[in-house]
Amino acid sequence: MSDTYTLYNPTVMEHFMNPRNMGDIQDADGVGEVGAAACGDIMKISLKIKDGKIADARFKTFGCGSAIASSSMATELIKGRTIDEAMSFSNQEVVDALGGLPPVKIHCSVLAEEALKAALEDYVKKHPELAGKKTAEQAVTA
Amino acid sequence: MRHVFLDHQSSTPVLSEVFDAMKPFFTEAFGNPSSLHQHGLRVRDALKTARQQMAALIHAESEEEIFFTSDGTESANLAIKGVAYANERKGKHLVVSATEHPSVIQSVEFLEKQGWTCTRVKVDREGFIDLADLRAAITPQTVLVALHHVNHDIGTIQPVREAGKICAELGVPLYVDCDASAGWLPIDVKEFGAALVSFSPHRFYGPKGVGVLYRNRKARIVSILHGGIQEGGRRAGTENVPAIVGGGVAAEIALKELPARSAHTAALQKRLWDGLKTQIPYIQLNGPVPGPGRICTNLNLSTEFIEGEGQLLLCDMNGIAVASGSSCVSKSLKISHVLGAIGLDHALAQGNIIMSLGKDNTEADIDYTVETFAKIVTKLRGMSPMWDEFQKGIIDSVIAPTGRGKSFSQHAADVSGKAAH
Ligand code: FES
Repeated sequence: MSDTYTLYNPTVMEHFMNPRNMGDIQDADGVGEVGAAACGDIMKISLKIKDGKIADARFKTFGCGSAIASSSMATELIKGRTIDEAMSFSNQEVVDALGGLPPVKIHCSVLAEEALKAALEDYVKKHPELAGKKTAEQAVTA
Repeated sequence: MRHVFLDHQSSTPVLSEVFDAMKPFFTEAFGNPSSLHQHGLRVRDALKTARQQMAALIHAESEEEIFFTSDGTESANLAIKGVAYANERKGKHLVVSATEHPSVIQSVEFLEKQGWTCTRVKVDREGFIDLADLRAAITPQTVLVALHHVNHDIGTIQPVREAGKICAELGVPLYVDCDASAGWLPIDVKEFGAALVSFSPHRFYGPKGVGVLYRNRKARIVSILHGGIQEGGRRAGTENVPAIVGGGVAAEIALKELPARSAHTAALQKRLWDGLKTQIPYIQLNGPVPGPGRICTNLNLSTEFIEGEGQLLLCDMNGIAVASGSSCVSKSLKISHVLGAIGLDHALAQGNIIMSLGKDNTEADIDYTVETFAKIVTKLRGMSPMWDEFQKGIIDSVIAPTGRGKSFSQHAADVSGKAAH
Protein backbone atom coordinates (compact mmCIF):
# COMPACT_ATOMS: atom_id res chain seq x y z
CA MET A 1 0.00 0.00 0.00
CA SER A 2 1.54 3.29 -1.00
CA ASP A 3 -1.09 5.70 0.28
CA THR A 4 -2.17 5.87 3.88
CA TYR A 5 -5.87 6.12 4.46
CA THR A 6 -7.04 7.30 7.83
CA LEU A 7 -10.23 7.04 9.79
CA TYR A 8 -10.04 10.71 10.84
CA ASN A 9 -8.74 13.86 9.17
CA PRO A 10 -4.99 14.63 9.43
CA THR A 11 -5.41 17.09 12.33
CA VAL A 12 -7.32 14.56 14.44
CA MET A 13 -4.81 11.83 13.58
CA GLU A 14 -1.92 14.12 14.46
CA HIS A 15 -3.39 14.94 17.87
CA PHE A 16 -4.17 11.28 18.46
CA MET A 17 -0.68 10.12 17.51
CA ASN A 18 1.14 12.97 19.28
CA PRO A 19 -1.18 14.27 21.94
CA ARG A 20 -0.34 17.62 23.55
CA ASN A 21 -0.50 18.12 27.31
CA MET A 22 -0.88 14.47 28.15
CA GLY A 23 -0.36 13.69 31.81
CA ASP A 24 -1.26 14.91 35.28
CA ILE A 25 -0.42 18.10 37.14
CA GLN A 26 0.89 16.99 40.51
CA ASP A 27 -0.22 20.06 42.53
CA ALA A 28 -3.23 20.82 40.36
CA ASP A 29 -5.63 23.58 41.41
CA GLY A 30 -8.59 21.83 39.87
CA VAL A 31 -9.20 18.27 38.66
CA GLY A 32 -12.22 16.99 36.75
CA GLU A 33 -12.96 13.42 35.77
CA VAL A 34 -16.03 12.59 33.72
CA GLY A 35 -17.42 9.61 31.85
CA ALA A 36 -19.32 9.37 28.59
CA ALA A 37 -22.70 7.80 29.21
CA ALA A 38 -22.90 6.85 25.52
CA CYS A 39 -19.85 4.62 25.28
CA GLY A 40 -18.49 4.33 28.82
CA ASP A 41 -15.22 6.17 28.28
CA ILE A 42 -13.46 8.38 30.80
CA MET A 43 -11.57 11.66 30.62
CA LYS A 44 -9.66 13.55 33.28
CA ILE A 45 -8.38 17.12 33.03
CA SER A 46 -6.21 18.86 35.62
CA LEU A 47 -5.57 22.60 35.72
CA LYS A 48 -3.00 24.93 37.17
CA ILE A 49 -4.47 28.38 37.73
CA LYS A 50 -2.44 31.52 38.20
CA ASP A 51 -3.81 35.08 38.53
CA GLY A 52 -7.26 33.94 37.47
CA LYS A 53 -5.94 32.38 34.30
CA ILE A 54 -5.34 28.80 33.21
CA ALA A 55 -1.57 28.50 33.35
CA ASP A 56 -1.44 24.81 32.52
CA ALA A 57 -3.84 22.05 31.52
CA ARG A 58 -3.20 18.33 31.26
CA PHE A 59 -5.35 15.36 30.35
CA LYS A 60 -5.60 11.63 30.70
CA THR A 61 -8.11 9.77 28.58
CA PHE A 62 -9.52 6.26 28.42
CA GLY A 63 -11.32 6.47 25.10
CA CYS A 64 -11.28 6.39 21.35
CA GLY A 65 -9.03 8.26 18.94
CA SER A 66 -11.45 11.20 18.79
CA ALA A 67 -11.58 11.41 22.57
CA ILE A 68 -7.79 11.50 22.85
CA ALA A 69 -7.51 14.08 20.06
CA SER A 70 -10.34 16.14 21.63
CA SER A 71 -8.65 16.23 25.01
CA SER A 72 -5.35 17.16 23.41
CA MET A 73 -6.97 20.00 21.47
CA ALA A 74 -9.15 21.20 24.35
CA THR A 75 -6.18 21.51 26.70
CA GLU A 76 -4.28 23.43 24.00
CA LEU A 77 -7.17 25.82 23.44
CA ILE A 78 -7.91 26.73 27.04
CA LYS A 79 -4.40 27.52 28.19
CA GLY A 80 -4.13 31.25 28.89
CA ARG A 81 -7.87 31.79 29.22
CA THR A 82 -9.46 33.34 32.30
CA ILE A 83 -11.74 31.20 34.41
CA ASP A 84 -14.81 33.01 33.13
CA GLU A 85 -13.73 32.55 29.54
CA ALA A 86 -13.05 28.89 30.18
CA MET A 87 -16.48 28.49 31.81
CA SER A 88 -18.15 29.24 28.50
CA PHE A 89 -15.89 26.89 26.55
CA SER A 90 -17.87 24.71 24.17
CA ASN A 91 -17.12 21.41 22.49
CA GLN A 92 -17.85 23.07 19.14
CA GLU A 93 -14.58 24.93 19.49
CA VAL A 94 -12.75 21.62 19.77
CA VAL A 95 -14.61 20.18 16.79
CA ASP A 96 -13.81 23.27 14.68
CA ALA A 97 -10.16 23.35 15.71
CA LEU A 98 -9.85 19.66 14.83
CA GLY A 99 -11.34 20.34 11.41
CA GLY A 100 -14.43 18.29 12.16
CA LEU A 101 -15.27 14.92 13.72
CA PRO A 102 -17.56 12.18 12.37
CA PRO A 103 -21.14 12.71 13.66
CA VAL A 104 -21.01 9.64 15.90
CA LYS A 105 -17.85 11.05 17.52
CA ILE A 106 -19.15 14.46 18.51
CA HIS A 107 -19.89 13.16 22.02
CA CYS A 108 -16.15 12.56 22.49
CA SER A 109 -15.56 16.33 22.21
CA VAL A 110 -18.43 16.92 24.64
CA LEU A 111 -16.51 14.74 27.08
CA ALA A 112 -13.58 17.19 26.80
CA GLU A 113 -15.87 20.15 27.51
CA GLU A 114 -17.37 18.36 30.51
CA ALA A 115 -13.99 17.34 31.92
CA LEU A 116 -12.77 20.91 31.65
CA LYS A 117 -15.87 22.27 33.35
CA ALA A 118 -15.63 19.66 36.09
CA ALA A 119 -12.04 20.76 36.70
CA LEU A 120 -13.10 24.43 36.83
CA GLU A 121 -15.93 23.60 39.24
CA ASP A 122 -13.47 21.74 41.42
CA TYR A 123 -11.29 24.84 41.47
CA VAL A 124 -14.21 27.14 42.24
CA LYS A 125 -15.34 24.82 45.03
CA LYS A 126 -11.92 25.18 46.63
CA HIS A 127 -12.18 28.96 46.27
CA PRO A 128 -15.60 29.96 47.58
CA GLU A 129 -14.73 33.66 47.14
CA LEU A 130 -14.77 33.06 43.36
CA ALA A 131 -18.11 31.30 43.50
CA GLY A 132 -19.56 34.43 45.12
CA LYS A 133 -18.03 36.60 42.42
CA LYS A 134 -19.38 34.32 39.77
CA THR A 135 -22.93 34.49 41.15
CA ALA A 136 -22.71 38.27 41.36
CA GLU A 137 -21.58 38.44 37.74
CA GLN A 138 -24.34 36.11 36.61
CA ALA A 139 -26.81 38.32 38.44
CA VAL A 140 -25.51 41.30 36.49
CA THR A 141 -25.72 39.57 33.13
CA ALA A 142 -29.17 38.23 33.95
CA MET B 1 7.19 -0.65 7.64
CA ARG B 2 6.06 -4.26 7.84
CA HIS B 3 2.44 -4.87 6.85
CA VAL B 4 0.65 -7.59 8.78
CA PHE B 5 -2.93 -8.41 7.92
CA LEU B 6 -4.62 -9.89 10.99
CA ASP B 7 -8.24 -9.40 10.01
CA HIS B 8 -8.91 -12.46 7.88
CA GLN B 9 -12.38 -12.75 9.40
CA SER B 10 -13.33 -9.58 7.54
CA SER B 11 -11.97 -10.80 4.21
CA THR B 12 -9.04 -12.47 2.47
CA PRO B 13 -7.16 -11.70 -0.77
CA VAL B 14 -8.26 -13.53 -3.91
CA LEU B 15 -5.80 -16.26 -4.94
CA SER B 16 -4.16 -15.77 -8.34
CA GLU B 17 -5.62 -19.10 -9.55
CA VAL B 18 -9.04 -17.81 -8.54
CA PHE B 19 -8.56 -14.47 -10.25
CA ASP B 20 -7.37 -16.16 -13.45
CA ALA B 21 -10.39 -18.44 -13.47
CA MET B 22 -12.71 -15.44 -13.09
CA LYS B 23 -11.27 -13.23 -15.84
CA PRO B 24 -12.85 -14.83 -18.93
CA PHE B 25 -16.29 -14.49 -17.32
CA PHE B 26 -16.05 -10.71 -17.38
CA THR B 27 -15.21 -10.53 -21.08
CA GLU B 28 -15.67 -13.34 -23.61
CA ALA B 29 -17.88 -15.57 -21.44
CA PHE B 30 -20.20 -12.75 -20.45
CA GLY B 31 -23.47 -14.55 -21.12
CA ASN B 32 -26.45 -14.69 -18.83
CA PRO B 33 -26.93 -18.24 -17.55
CA SER B 34 -30.69 -17.92 -18.12
CA SER B 35 -30.17 -17.48 -21.89
CA LEU B 36 -30.76 -20.45 -24.13
CA HIS B 37 -28.02 -19.78 -26.70
CA GLN B 38 -24.33 -20.70 -26.69
CA HIS B 39 -23.36 -17.75 -24.50
CA GLY B 40 -25.85 -18.70 -21.85
CA LEU B 41 -25.21 -22.42 -21.98
CA ARG B 42 -21.46 -22.03 -21.62
CA VAL B 43 -21.93 -20.00 -18.46
CA ARG B 44 -24.55 -22.41 -17.14
CA ASP B 45 -21.95 -25.12 -17.37
CA ALA B 46 -19.47 -23.03 -15.38
CA LEU B 47 -22.06 -22.51 -12.65
CA LYS B 48 -22.56 -26.25 -12.44
CA THR B 49 -18.86 -26.81 -11.93
CA ALA B 50 -18.81 -24.16 -9.20
CA ARG B 51 -21.80 -25.83 -7.54
CA GLN B 52 -19.93 -29.13 -7.52
CA GLN B 53 -16.87 -27.46 -6.00
CA MET B 54 -18.97 -25.83 -3.26
CA ALA B 55 -20.80 -29.11 -2.60
CA ALA B 56 -17.47 -30.93 -2.23
CA LEU B 57 -16.21 -28.45 0.37
CA ILE B 58 -19.11 -29.23 2.71
CA HIS B 59 -19.60 -32.87 1.64
CA ALA B 60 -23.05 -32.26 0.22
CA GLU B 61 -24.47 -35.14 -1.78
CA SER B 62 -25.39 -33.24 -4.89
CA GLU B 63 -24.63 -29.87 -6.47
CA GLU B 64 -28.37 -29.39 -6.81
CA GLU B 65 -28.45 -28.63 -3.11
CA ILE B 66 -26.26 -25.53 -3.58
CA PHE B 67 -27.76 -22.06 -4.10
CA PHE B 68 -25.82 -18.94 -4.91
CA THR B 69 -26.63 -15.64 -3.23
CA SER B 70 -24.76 -12.36 -3.03
CA ASP B 71 -23.02 -12.95 0.31
CA GLY B 72 -23.20 -14.57 3.72
CA THR B 73 -25.75 -12.06 4.94
CA GLU B 74 -28.15 -12.81 2.13
CA SER B 75 -27.69 -16.55 2.68
CA ALA B 76 -28.60 -16.12 6.35
CA ASN B 77 -31.62 -13.98 5.47
CA LEU B 78 -32.79 -16.58 2.96
CA ALA B 79 -32.25 -19.44 5.40
CA ILE B 80 -34.17 -17.80 8.23
CA LYS B 81 -36.95 -15.97 6.41
CA GLY B 82 -37.22 -18.51 3.60
CA VAL B 83 -37.79 -21.41 6.00
CA ALA B 84 -40.02 -19.36 8.32
CA TYR B 85 -42.33 -18.26 5.51
CA ALA B 86 -42.41 -21.74 3.94
CA ASN B 87 -43.50 -23.31 7.23
CA GLU B 88 -45.78 -20.57 8.49
CA ARG B 89 -48.72 -22.93 8.80
CA LYS B 90 -46.75 -25.49 10.77
CA GLY B 91 -45.67 -23.03 13.43
CA LYS B 92 -44.19 -19.62 14.06
CA HIS B 93 -41.40 -20.31 16.49
CA LEU B 94 -37.64 -20.15 15.94
CA VAL B 95 -34.67 -21.07 18.09
CA VAL B 96 -31.29 -19.35 17.75
CA SER B 97 -28.27 -18.94 20.00
CA ALA B 98 -27.63 -15.59 21.65
CA THR B 99 -24.34 -15.16 19.78
CA GLU B 100 -25.42 -15.58 16.18
CA HIS B 101 -24.19 -13.17 13.53
CA PRO B 102 -26.27 -9.97 13.15
CA SER B 103 -27.59 -11.28 9.80
CA VAL B 104 -29.30 -14.09 11.74
CA ILE B 105 -30.31 -12.08 14.80
CA GLN B 106 -31.78 -9.23 12.79
CA SER B 107 -33.61 -11.54 10.39
CA VAL B 108 -35.22 -13.07 13.46
CA GLU B 109 -36.07 -9.63 14.87
CA PHE B 110 -37.70 -8.78 11.55
CA LEU B 111 -39.87 -11.88 11.81
CA GLU B 112 -40.72 -11.17 15.43
CA LYS B 113 -42.33 -7.93 14.32
CA GLN B 114 -44.56 -10.03 12.07
CA GLY B 115 -45.81 -12.38 14.75
CA TRP B 116 -43.11 -15.03 14.97
CA THR B 117 -41.57 -15.78 18.36
CA CYS B 118 -38.01 -16.77 19.00
CA THR B 119 -36.11 -18.37 21.84
CA ARG B 120 -32.50 -17.24 22.18
CA VAL B 121 -30.42 -19.96 23.77
CA LYS B 122 -27.89 -18.41 26.13
CA VAL B 123 -24.20 -19.21 26.00
CA ASP B 124 -21.67 -19.77 28.78
CA ARG B 125 -18.63 -17.57 29.47
CA GLU B 126 -16.71 -19.19 26.62
CA GLY B 127 -19.58 -18.85 24.19
CA PHE B 128 -20.81 -22.46 24.15
CA ILE B 129 -24.51 -23.28 24.08
CA ASP B 130 -25.82 -25.88 26.51
CA LEU B 131 -27.40 -28.76 24.56
CA ALA B 132 -30.01 -29.31 27.28
CA ASP B 133 -31.08 -25.66 26.88
CA LEU B 134 -31.28 -26.13 23.13
CA ARG B 135 -33.49 -29.19 23.54
CA ALA B 136 -35.70 -27.40 26.04
CA ALA B 137 -36.12 -24.43 23.70
CA ILE B 138 -37.62 -26.51 20.89
CA THR B 139 -41.44 -26.67 20.90
CA PRO B 140 -43.95 -28.33 18.56
CA GLN B 141 -44.29 -24.91 16.87
CA THR B 142 -40.55 -24.61 16.16
CA VAL B 143 -39.84 -24.53 12.43
CA LEU B 144 -36.11 -23.83 12.50
CA VAL B 145 -33.08 -23.96 14.78
CA ALA B 146 -30.20 -21.66 13.77
CA LEU B 147 -26.72 -22.19 15.18
CA HIS B 148 -23.30 -21.02 14.05
CA HIS B 149 -20.50 -23.56 13.58
CA VAL B 150 -17.84 -21.10 14.72
CA ASN B 151 -18.48 -17.78 16.40
CA HIS B 152 -17.47 -14.82 14.24
CA ASP B 153 -16.23 -12.87 17.23
CA ILE B 154 -14.67 -15.20 19.80
CA GLY B 155 -13.96 -18.33 17.72
CA THR B 156 -16.05 -20.79 19.79
CA ILE B 157 -16.73 -24.07 17.96
CA GLN B 158 -20.30 -25.13 18.78
CA PRO B 159 -21.33 -28.76 19.28
CA VAL B 160 -23.17 -28.78 15.95
CA ARG B 161 -23.18 -32.56 15.51
CA GLU B 162 -24.91 -33.02 18.86
CA ALA B 163 -27.29 -30.16 18.07
CA GLY B 164 -28.04 -31.88 14.75
CA LYS B 165 -28.97 -35.09 16.56
CA ILE B 166 -31.36 -33.26 18.87
CA CYS B 167 -32.98 -31.49 15.93
CA ALA B 168 -33.31 -34.72 13.97
CA GLU B 169 -34.88 -36.44 16.95
CA LEU B 170 -37.40 -33.63 17.40
CA GLY B 171 -37.99 -33.25 13.67
CA VAL B 172 -36.87 -29.62 13.32
CA PRO B 173 -34.52 -28.49 10.55
CA LEU B 174 -31.13 -27.13 11.67
CA TYR B 175 -29.46 -24.23 9.89
CA VAL B 176 -25.71 -23.98 10.52
CA ASP B 177 -23.97 -20.69 9.72
CA CYS B 178 -20.49 -21.74 8.60
CA ASP B 179 -19.26 -18.32 7.54
CA ALA B 180 -16.44 -18.27 10.09
CA SER B 181 -15.42 -21.90 9.60
CA ALA B 182 -15.76 -22.84 5.91
CA GLY B 183 -12.37 -23.35 4.33
CA TRP B 184 -10.69 -23.62 7.74
CA LEU B 185 -12.42 -26.50 9.50
CA PRO B 186 -13.84 -29.68 7.95
CA ILE B 187 -17.57 -29.43 7.30
CA ASP B 188 -19.81 -32.39 6.57
CA VAL B 189 -23.47 -31.47 6.24
CA LYS B 190 -24.59 -35.04 6.87
CA GLU B 191 -22.46 -35.37 9.98
CA PHE B 192 -23.83 -32.03 11.17
CA GLY B 193 -27.35 -33.21 10.50
CA ALA B 194 -27.86 -29.82 8.87
CA ALA B 195 -30.81 -29.01 6.65
CA LEU B 196 -29.20 -25.69 5.69
CA VAL B 197 -25.61 -24.44 5.73
CA SER B 198 -24.28 -21.07 4.59
CA PHE B 199 -20.80 -19.75 3.88
CA SER B 200 -18.91 -17.09 1.91
CA PRO B 201 -15.94 -17.75 -0.37
CA HIS B 202 -14.32 -14.38 0.36
CA ARG B 203 -13.43 -15.75 3.79
CA PHE B 204 -11.17 -18.38 2.19
CA TYR B 205 -9.40 -16.54 -0.64
CA GLY B 206 -12.35 -16.30 -3.00
CA PRO B 207 -14.00 -13.09 -4.24
CA LYS B 208 -16.66 -10.98 -2.57
CA GLY B 209 -20.10 -10.83 -4.14
CA VAL B 210 -21.04 -14.47 -3.80
CA GLY B 211 -22.57 -16.36 -0.90
CA VAL B 212 -23.56 -19.99 -0.73
CA LEU B 213 -26.59 -21.63 0.80
CA TYR B 214 -26.78 -25.41 1.00
CA ARG B 215 -30.29 -26.74 1.36
CA ASN B 216 -31.10 -30.36 1.93
CA ARG B 217 -33.83 -31.42 -0.52
CA LYS B 218 -36.21 -32.20 2.31
CA ALA B 219 -36.10 -28.70 3.81
CA ARG B 220 -38.88 -26.41 2.62
CA ILE B 221 -37.86 -22.90 1.71
CA VAL B 222 -39.41 -20.03 -0.26
CA SER B 223 -37.69 -17.21 -2.10
CA ILE B 224 -37.43 -13.83 -0.42
CA LEU B 225 -36.40 -12.12 -3.67
CA HIS B 226 -38.90 -12.03 -6.49
CA GLY B 227 -38.68 -11.47 -10.20
CA GLY B 228 -37.01 -14.51 -11.70
CA ILE B 229 -36.65 -18.27 -11.60
CA GLN B 230 -32.90 -18.41 -11.04
CA GLU B 231 -31.54 -20.93 -8.53
CA GLY B 232 -34.54 -23.18 -8.93
CA GLY B 233 -36.87 -20.29 -8.10
CA ARG B 234 -35.33 -19.87 -4.66
CA ARG B 235 -33.25 -16.81 -5.42
CA ALA B 236 -34.33 -14.46 -8.19
CA GLY B 237 -31.71 -12.26 -9.81
CA THR B 238 -28.94 -12.65 -12.36
CA GLU B 239 -26.08 -14.66 -10.94
CA ASN B 240 -22.73 -12.96 -10.27
CA VAL B 241 -21.02 -15.40 -12.62
CA PRO B 242 -17.34 -14.36 -12.27
CA ALA B 243 -17.59 -14.39 -8.47
CA ILE B 244 -19.35 -17.76 -8.45
CA VAL B 245 -16.71 -19.28 -10.73
CA GLY B 246 -13.92 -17.80 -8.58
CA GLY B 247 -15.63 -18.93 -5.40
CA GLY B 248 -15.82 -22.47 -6.75
CA VAL B 249 -12.09 -22.55 -7.48
CA ALA B 250 -11.37 -21.08 -4.03
CA ALA B 251 -13.50 -23.84 -2.47
CA GLU B 252 -11.65 -26.54 -4.39
CA ILE B 253 -8.25 -25.20 -3.29
CA ALA B 254 -9.45 -24.67 0.29
CA LEU B 255 -10.56 -28.29 0.52
CA LYS B 256 -7.16 -29.48 -0.71
CA GLU B 257 -5.15 -27.13 1.49
CA LEU B 258 -7.38 -27.23 4.56
CA PRO B 259 -5.12 -29.44 6.73
CA ALA B 260 -2.03 -27.36 5.92
CA ARG B 261 -3.82 -24.03 6.43
CA SER B 262 -5.27 -25.13 9.77
CA ALA B 263 -1.95 -26.45 11.04
CA HIS B 264 -0.14 -23.28 9.98
CA THR B 265 -2.62 -20.88 11.55
CA ALA B 266 -2.91 -23.00 14.70
CA ALA B 267 0.85 -22.76 15.23
CA LEU B 268 0.78 -18.99 14.68
CA GLN B 269 -2.24 -18.62 16.95
CA LYS B 270 -0.29 -20.28 19.75
CA ARG B 271 2.83 -18.20 19.09
CA LEU B 272 0.80 -14.99 19.07
CA TRP B 273 -1.13 -15.66 22.26
CA ASP B 274 1.96 -17.01 24.09
CA GLY B 275 3.88 -13.90 23.04
CA LEU B 276 1.15 -11.44 24.01
CA LYS B 277 0.43 -12.95 27.40
CA THR B 278 4.11 -13.01 28.38
CA GLN B 279 4.80 -9.47 27.14
CA ILE B 280 1.67 -7.73 28.39
CA PRO B 281 0.27 -7.74 31.93
CA TYR B 282 -3.53 -7.60 32.42
CA ILE B 283 -4.46 -9.06 29.04
CA GLN B 284 -6.93 -11.89 28.60
CA LEU B 285 -8.23 -14.14 25.87
CA ASN B 286 -12.01 -14.19 25.39
CA GLY B 287 -13.61 -17.42 24.27
CA PRO B 288 -12.18 -20.93 24.63
CA VAL B 289 -8.44 -21.63 24.91
CA PRO B 290 -6.82 -22.46 21.56
CA GLY B 291 -7.47 -26.15 20.87
CA PRO B 292 -10.45 -28.28 19.87
CA GLY B 293 -12.97 -25.74 21.22
CA ARG B 294 -11.69 -22.77 19.26
CA ILE B 295 -11.03 -22.08 15.58
CA CYS B 296 -7.33 -21.97 14.69
CA THR B 297 -7.51 -18.51 13.12
CA ASN B 298 -9.03 -16.34 15.85
CA LEU B 299 -7.77 -14.55 18.95
CA ASN B 300 -10.18 -12.25 20.77
CA LEU B 301 -8.32 -10.19 23.35
CA SER B 302 -9.15 -7.80 26.13
CA THR B 303 -6.40 -5.53 27.35
CA GLU B 304 -7.32 -3.83 30.56
CA PHE B 305 -7.31 -0.08 31.33
CA ILE B 306 -7.27 0.98 27.66
CA GLU B 307 -9.90 1.29 24.96
CA GLY B 308 -10.04 -0.72 21.72
CA GLU B 309 -10.31 1.93 19.02
CA GLY B 310 -7.06 3.56 20.11
CA GLN B 311 -5.37 0.15 19.99
CA LEU B 312 -6.80 -0.51 16.53
CA LEU B 313 -5.68 2.88 15.17
CA LEU B 314 -2.17 2.56 16.55
CA CYS B 315 -1.90 -0.98 15.18
CA ASP B 316 -3.00 0.34 11.80
CA MET B 317 -0.47 3.18 11.88
CA ASN B 318 2.15 0.49 12.54
CA GLY B 319 1.02 -1.63 9.60
CA ILE B 320 -1.04 -4.15 11.57
CA ALA B 321 -4.68 -4.60 10.54
CA VAL B 322 -6.96 -5.79 13.37
CA ALA B 323 -10.63 -5.45 14.41
CA SER B 324 -12.33 -4.47 17.68
CA GLY B 325 -15.65 -5.06 19.40
CA SER B 326 -15.35 -1.94 21.59
CA SER B 327 -18.37 0.35 21.70
CA CYS B 328 -16.26 3.25 20.42
CA VAL B 329 -15.66 1.35 17.18
CA SER B 330 -19.32 0.62 16.47
CA LYS B 331 -21.65 3.16 14.95
CA SER B 332 -24.27 2.32 17.56
CA LEU B 333 -21.79 2.89 20.43
CA LYS B 334 -22.61 -0.54 21.79
CA ILE B 335 -20.12 -3.27 22.58
CA SER B 336 -20.23 -6.41 20.44
CA HIS B 337 -23.36 -8.38 21.37
CA VAL B 338 -21.23 -11.52 21.61
CA LEU B 339 -19.04 -9.98 24.30
CA GLY B 340 -22.23 -8.95 26.09
CA ALA B 341 -23.68 -12.46 25.81
CA ILE B 342 -20.62 -14.11 27.39
CA GLY B 343 -20.99 -11.69 30.29
CA LEU B 344 -17.71 -9.90 29.68
CA ASP B 345 -17.16 -6.96 32.02
CA HIS B 346 -17.75 -3.64 30.22
CA ALA B 347 -14.21 -2.49 30.97
CA LEU B 348 -12.83 -5.55 29.22
CA ALA B 349 -15.23 -5.25 26.31
CA GLN B 350 -14.01 -1.67 25.80
CA GLY B 351 -10.43 -2.91 25.55
CA ASN B 352 -11.30 -5.52 22.93
CA ILE B 353 -9.17 -6.40 19.90
CA ILE B 354 -9.76 -9.26 17.47
CA MET B 355 -6.83 -10.71 15.55
CA SER B 356 -7.57 -13.29 12.86
CA LEU B 357 -4.86 -15.22 11.09
CA GLY B 358 -4.46 -16.38 7.51
CA LYS B 359 -2.34 -18.77 5.51
CA ASP B 360 0.15 -16.09 4.45
CA ASN B 361 0.99 -14.80 7.93
CA THR B 362 4.51 -15.71 9.02
CA GLU B 363 6.30 -16.20 12.33
CA ALA B 364 8.11 -12.91 11.70
CA ASP B 365 4.69 -11.20 11.32
CA ILE B 366 3.65 -12.61 14.67
CA ASP B 367 6.83 -11.55 16.44
CA TYR B 368 6.51 -8.04 15.02
CA THR B 369 2.88 -7.93 16.16
CA VAL B 370 3.71 -9.02 19.70
CA GLU B 371 6.50 -6.49 20.00
CA THR B 372 4.49 -3.63 18.46
CA PHE B 373 1.30 -4.39 20.36
CA ALA B 374 3.19 -4.40 23.67
CA LYS B 375 4.49 -0.89 22.86
CA ILE B 376 1.02 0.30 21.90
CA VAL B 377 -0.42 -0.97 25.18
CA THR B 378 2.29 0.83 27.13
CA LYS B 379 1.67 4.05 25.22
CA LEU B 380 -2.11 3.96 25.74
CA ARG B 381 -1.82 2.96 29.40
CA GLY B 382 0.45 5.96 29.86
CA MET B 383 -2.46 8.12 28.66
CA SER B 384 -5.16 6.30 30.59
CA PRO B 385 -6.56 7.67 33.85
CA MET B 386 -7.66 4.12 34.66
CA TRP B 387 -4.13 2.72 34.60
CA ASP B 388 -3.10 5.48 36.97
CA GLU B 389 -6.04 4.89 39.27
CA PHE B 390 -5.31 1.18 39.26
CA GLN B 391 -1.71 1.86 40.36
CA LYS B 392 -3.09 4.06 43.16
CA GLY B 393 -5.56 1.40 44.30
CA ILE B 394 -8.63 3.50 43.42
CA ILE B 395 -9.92 0.93 40.94
CA ASP B 396 -9.19 -2.77 40.72
CA SER B 397 -8.26 -5.09 37.88
CA VAL B 398 -10.93 -7.43 36.55
CA ILE B 399 -8.39 -9.84 35.07
CA ALA B 400 -6.21 -10.16 38.18
CA PRO B 401 -8.01 -8.55 41.12
CA THR B 402 -5.85 -7.24 43.95
CA GLY B 403 -8.78 -6.70 46.30
CA ARG B 404 -8.05 -2.96 46.46
CA GLY B 405 -10.32 -0.31 45.04
CA LYS B 406 -13.72 -0.36 43.33
CA SER B 407 -14.52 -1.92 40.00
CA PHE B 408 -13.93 -0.02 36.79
CA SER B 409 -17.62 -0.24 35.93
CA GLN B 410 -18.57 1.24 39.29
CA HIS B 411 -16.04 4.00 38.78
CA ALA B 412 -17.25 4.69 35.23
CA ALA B 413 -20.84 4.85 36.50
CA ASP B 414 -19.78 7.22 39.30
CA VAL B 415 -18.06 9.68 37.00
CA SER B 416 -20.61 9.53 34.20
CA GLY B 417 -23.60 9.48 36.52
CA LYS B 418 -24.99 6.53 34.56
CA ALA B 419 -24.24 2.83 34.35
CA ALA B 420 -22.30 1.79 31.26
CA HIS B 421 -24.02 -0.72 29.01
S1 FES C 1 -14.93 8.22 23.67
FE1 FES C 1 -16.03 6.40 23.15
S2 FES C 1 -16.53 6.86 21.12
FE2 FES C 1 -15.15 8.45 21.58
